[in-house]
Amino acid sequence: MTAERTDPGVLAPQPAFTSLLSAEPDGALPGVDTADQEFVSDLNLDQVIAAVAGDREQRELISRVLHRRVRDTGTLRYRHEIFRDLANPDLLAAVDVFGGRMRDVRVHVRELAKMRSAQQQQGWFLDAAAIYCDAVGALAASLTTLPIASRGLLAFRDYLTSYAESAAFARLAADTAACKKELGQVSYLVRIRGPRVEVSRYDGEPDYSAEIEETFARFAQGEANDYRVPYRVWPGMTGVGAQIVELVARLFPAEFGALALFCRNHAGFVDAVVDRFDRELQFYLAYLGYIRPLQAAGLRFCYPELAAGGKDIFAEDTFDIALAAKLTAAHSAIVTNEFHLAGPERVIVVSGPNQGGKTTFARTFGQLHHLVAVGCPVPGSAARLFLCDQILTHFEREEDIANQTGKLEDDLLRIQRTLLAATPASIVIMNEIFASTTLSDARFLGGKVLAKVVADDVLCVYVTFVDELAAYGPSVVSMASTVVPDNPAERTYKVVRKPADGLAYALAIAAKHGVTYEQLTRRLNP
Amino acid sequence: MKAHLLYPAADFDFTAELPADHADLIQDLELGTLLTAMAGGDKFRRDVSTRVLLTSVADEAVIRYRQQILADCIANPDVIRQMYDIAVGALRDKRGVWGFFSSRNPSTILSGAVNQLDVLVARLRQLRRLADEHAGSVRSAGLTALFSSLQRDLDDEYFETIAGHLRQLRFRDGVPISAQLDRDNSGIKYVLRSGSTRRGWKERVGIEPRSVYSFTLHPRDEAGAQALADLTARGINLVANAAARSADHVTSYFTMLQAELGFYVSCLSLHDELTARGVPVTFPVPGGNPPADNPPAGNPPAGPELTCADLRDTSLALRIDRVVGNDADADGRPLVVITGASSGGKSTFLRSVGVAQLMLQAGMFVTARAFRSGLCRQVFTHFIREEDASMVSGRLDEELTRMSRIADHLGPDCMMLFNESFAATNEQEGSEIGRQVVRALLQAGIRVCFVTHQFDFADSFRRERPDHTLFLRAPRQPDGQRTFRLEVAEPLPTSFGQDIYDRIGGWLGEGEQAPTG
Repeated sequence: MTAERTDPGVLAPQPAFTSLLSAEPDGALPGVDTADQEFVSDLNLDQVIAAVAGDREQRELISRVLHRRVRDTGTLRYRHEIFRDLANPDLLAAVDVFGGRMRDVRVHVRELAKMRSAQQQQGWFLDAAAIYCDAVGALAASLTTLPIASRGLLAFRDYLTSYAESAAFARLAADTAACKKELGQVSYLVRIRGPRVEVSRYDGEPDYSAEIEETFARFAQGEANDYRVPYRVWPGMTGVGAQIVELVARLFPAEFGALALFCRNHAGFVDAVVDRFDRELQFYLAYLGYIRPLQAAGLRFCYPELAAGGKDIFAEDTFDIALAAKLTAAHSAIVTNEFHLAGPERVIVVSGPNQGGKTTFARTFGQLHHLVAVGCPVPGSAARLFLCDQILTHFEREEDIANQTGKLEDDLLRIQRTLLAATPASIVIMNEIFASTTLSDARFLGGKVLAKVVADDVLCVYVTFVDELAAYGPSVVSMASTVVPDNPAERTYKVVRKPADGLAYALAIAAKHGVTYEQLTRRLNP
Repeated sequence: MKAHLLYPAADFDFTAELPADHADLIQDLELGTLLTAMAGGDKFRRDVSTRVLLTSVADEAVIRYRQQILADCIANPDVIRQMYDIAVGALRDKRGVWGFFSSRNPSTILSGAVNQLDVLVARLRQLRRLADEHAGSVRSAGLTALFSSLQRDLDDEYFETIAGHLRQLRFRDGVPISAQLDRDNSGIKYVLRSGSTRRGWKERVGIEPRSVYSFTLHPRDEAGAQALADLTARGINLVANAAARSADHVTSYFTMLQAELGFYVSCLSLHDELTARGVPVTFPVPGGNPPADNPPAGNPPAGPELTCADLRDTSLALRIDRVVGNDADADGRPLVVITGASSGGKSTFLRSVGVAQLMLQAGMFVTARAFRSGLCRQVFTHFIREEDASMVSGRLDEELTRMSRIADHLGPDCMMLFNESFAATNEQEGSEIGRQVVRALLQAGIRVCFVTHQFDFADSFRRERPDHTLFLRAPRQPDGQRTFRLEVAEPLPTSFGQDIYDRIGGWLGEGEQAPTG
C-alpha cells in the first residue's frame, strides 16, 4: 500500500503552475549558492538561516533558497508578490494549516510500512486520506474567497480549484468520511481474567470511577491531586492489541469490510503538484514565522526597491535581524538605524564609542544586501538596495592576537585578496580591521583601503576607531555611534550621520564625575 | 464535610501567607515562649497555633464563636483530645500503609489507595462513635454542629456502601474495560465498567445474548502478558485515580480536622500551664474601635477602647514566677506614650498589650483579670533591635527602611507598637522623625503605643493632644528599686539614667570621690 500516484481514477488537470520559488517555466531554482562564503557567518546570517529553517520538515530546501543569491529582478519580484499576498493573516493561517496537514499525511504514509496488523494499516491509511481531504478542501475554499494578486498563487489557485472539483477527488472525500464515521461508532468491551481475554460489543455498562469518587466526595476539602498516570503515547498496536482488534473486526464485519475496500480503491491519493506547492510554501512560512515576533515587537519590514544599476541606496528604521531575534526573545528593546547614500557617496566610515552599535550597524548593512537577493522582505520601513554580485566581509578575528606581526601580515594578505576580488558591483564590509595595530599604522593602512575602494567605486562600510578616516572626501560619509548626554555610560546604539568627534564622549564622562573645568572651578570656590 | 471550628461557616486557610511582618512580630513580642507552651513539643501544633494567632480576626462574632468552643474544650478536655488523637492516628495509619503517590502504574496506585481507604474508614468509624457518646455534653454552636454532622453524614448505610466498594475494587471477577477505535484502530478511551456481563445477560431476558470472542495468551508469551498488564493498567487508570483521590479526600478531611482541633488542643495545653503557674486567665471582651476625631453621639468615649486590669505579658508569665500585672484605661485615646525608668517594665507592658491583642483576635483567653480592646485590622511592631547596636552608622538607615516596609502594609484600623524607635540618632532628629511618623499614623486612624526615652518627642504630644493621649510612666521608687508597675503620669524631662549612673558609681567608678568644696 503506497500513496504514490497510481490511482487511475484521478485525472489531474494540466497544471499551468510550476513553482512558488521560480518564475521560470521549468521551475528550476535560480541564483548562486553562497553557503561556503565568509560573509554568511561574519554577518550572522548563518544564525538567521538556521533559525528560519529550524527543524522544519523542509529545512534543507529552505536553507538552500536562503543561501542562493539572485540578481534577476523578475524572480525577486515573483517572490515579493507571494510574500505580499501572505501578509494577509487569513491567507497565511489558511496555508499554514494546509502545510501542517500535508506534513501529517507524509508522516502517516511513511509509517504504514512499519505496521504489521492489517486493521491498523488500513485505519492509518484511512486517517492519512482524511487529513489530505481536509487539507485540500480547506485550502481550495480559502484560496477562492481570499484576495490573491501574486502570479505564483493565482496559478496554483486555478490548478487546485479544478483538482478539488474533479469527480475523483469528490469520491475520495465521500468514501473517507463514510468509513471514518462508521469506525468512530464502534465501541467494545474487553474483559481480562488472568491470561484470558474476552471481547464483546459494549452495552452501556456505567463508568465505575465516577461511582467511587462520588462516594468519597463528601470528605473533599479542596482540589484533590490527579493520580491518572499520563499515557501520552498510546501503545499503538501491540500483539495483544492486534489480536483484540481482529476480534473487534469480527464483531463489526460491515465496518471493517468497508475499510478494506476503501484501501483498495484509493491507493496513491496525493497529487504531485499539490505536494510540490506544499514543500515550496514552507520557505515563505518559515521566513514569515521568523520575522513575526520581531514585527510584534514593533519592528518594520519592507519590500526594498531593487537598484540594479545605480548606487543611490538607503534604508530607514532598519536593524540587525539576528540581534533583533535574540533581543526580542529576551524582551529587550531594539534600536533601529538608517543610512542614505546619494550622488558620489559610496563609503560609510563608522566611528564612535565602543559597544555603541558600530559592528551591528555594519552587519545590518550587509544583511540587507543579502536578504534583498533572496527575495525576502528586509528589516526597515523603507529601503532601496543594491543587487550586488558579491558581499565581501573582513571582520577582526579575536582569537589569535598572540603573534601580532604575523597577524598583521595575515590580515593584510586577506584584505588584499578581498580588495582584488571586489568589482564595482560588489559590497565590502570592513570591521575594525586595524584595531590591534598602532594608530599611525591604522591611519596609514585605513587610508590605503579607502583609496582603493573609492577608486574601484565599491560600496563599502568601514568601521574604525581612526577619526580622520571619516573625512576622506566626497565619496565618504561619516557616521558615529552615540551616548546618552547625561549618562555617558549608557549607549543609545544609534549610529547617526555626523562628523567623527571622539572628544564629546570623553567630556561627557568627565562631567558625570564632576571633573570638568567648570565643575571643578565651582566646587573649589563655593 | 467540614469542621468549621474557627469560622462559623468557613475553613481556616492554613496555607494562607502569614502577615508580611510576622517574623518581626514573633521576635518583638517574644511569641516563641507562648507558642512553645501551646505546641507541647509538637511541630504541627506549633505551626497551627502560629497561623491562628497571627491571623487576626476583626469580626466580633467569630471571636465569640471561638471563645465559646474554647470554653467547651476547657470544660470537656478529654473529648477534644480524643478527637484530636483520632485525626492524628488516622494520618499516622495512612502513612504506615505503603502509598502510591509516585507510582507510574495504576494497579499499584489502586491497591495502595484501597489499603489506605481501609485504615482511614476504620478511623471514620471511631469518629462516629465518639460523636454518638458525647454529642450531649457540648454547648457551643461549633462543636454541636460538628458532632451532629458526623452522626448525619457517617450513618450506617454509608459505611455499608463504602465496604461494598472496597470489596469490588479488588476485582476478583475480571476487569471489564470498554474501548473505542483510535485512528489506527488500536484501542483508546479505556474506561473501567462496573457490574458483570453475566448478570447483564440475565437481566436482558428475551434479547439475543451478545457474541463474545476470546483468546488466551500462551503461558510463555511474556510480551503478550506485559501488553495485557498495560491494557489493564490503562483500563483501571481512572478508577485508580478515583480511589486515590478518594483516599486523598478522606485524608484531607482528617488533615483539616487535625489542624482545626490542633488549635484548641494547643489552647488547652497553654491553659493548663498558666493555671498551674497561678496566672489569672480570662476571656477578653472585643471592644469598639471608632476613629478618635469623629466621636459618635452620646456618652461612649470617642476613639478606640483599651482597658485592662492586671494585664501580664503571657510569655514572661510562662518563664518566671510573680510577674507584675498592669492596669490601664486608654479608652478613647488612640495614642499611648510610655516613658520612665530604664528596665522599669515599659517594654514588658508594651509586649503584654500586643500579645493580648493578638490572643483576643485569635479567639483565645488572655493573661489578665480583665481586658477589653477595640478590634484592629493588624498589629505591627517596630522595636529597637539589640543586635544592631554595633553598627551605629547604619542603624537609623535600617530603622527607617523597616518603617518604610511596615508603611507598605499599614492602613486604617491597625495597631502599631513602637519600642525606642528612631533613637539611633540624636534626640532632636529622632524626635522630629518620630513626631512626623506618629502624626501621620494617627491621622490615618492607626492606634499607636510608643515606648520612648526621648522627652522632646513625648512632651510634644502632651502639648498638642493631651485629650487623645494616655501617658504611662515607669516610676522610680525612692530606694531606686523598680516596681515594674506603670503609673499614669506625664513624661519627665530628666532621664532615669541617673540611677543607673549612681549604681555603677558614675564616670569615676566606685573607688573614687568627687572633689569636695
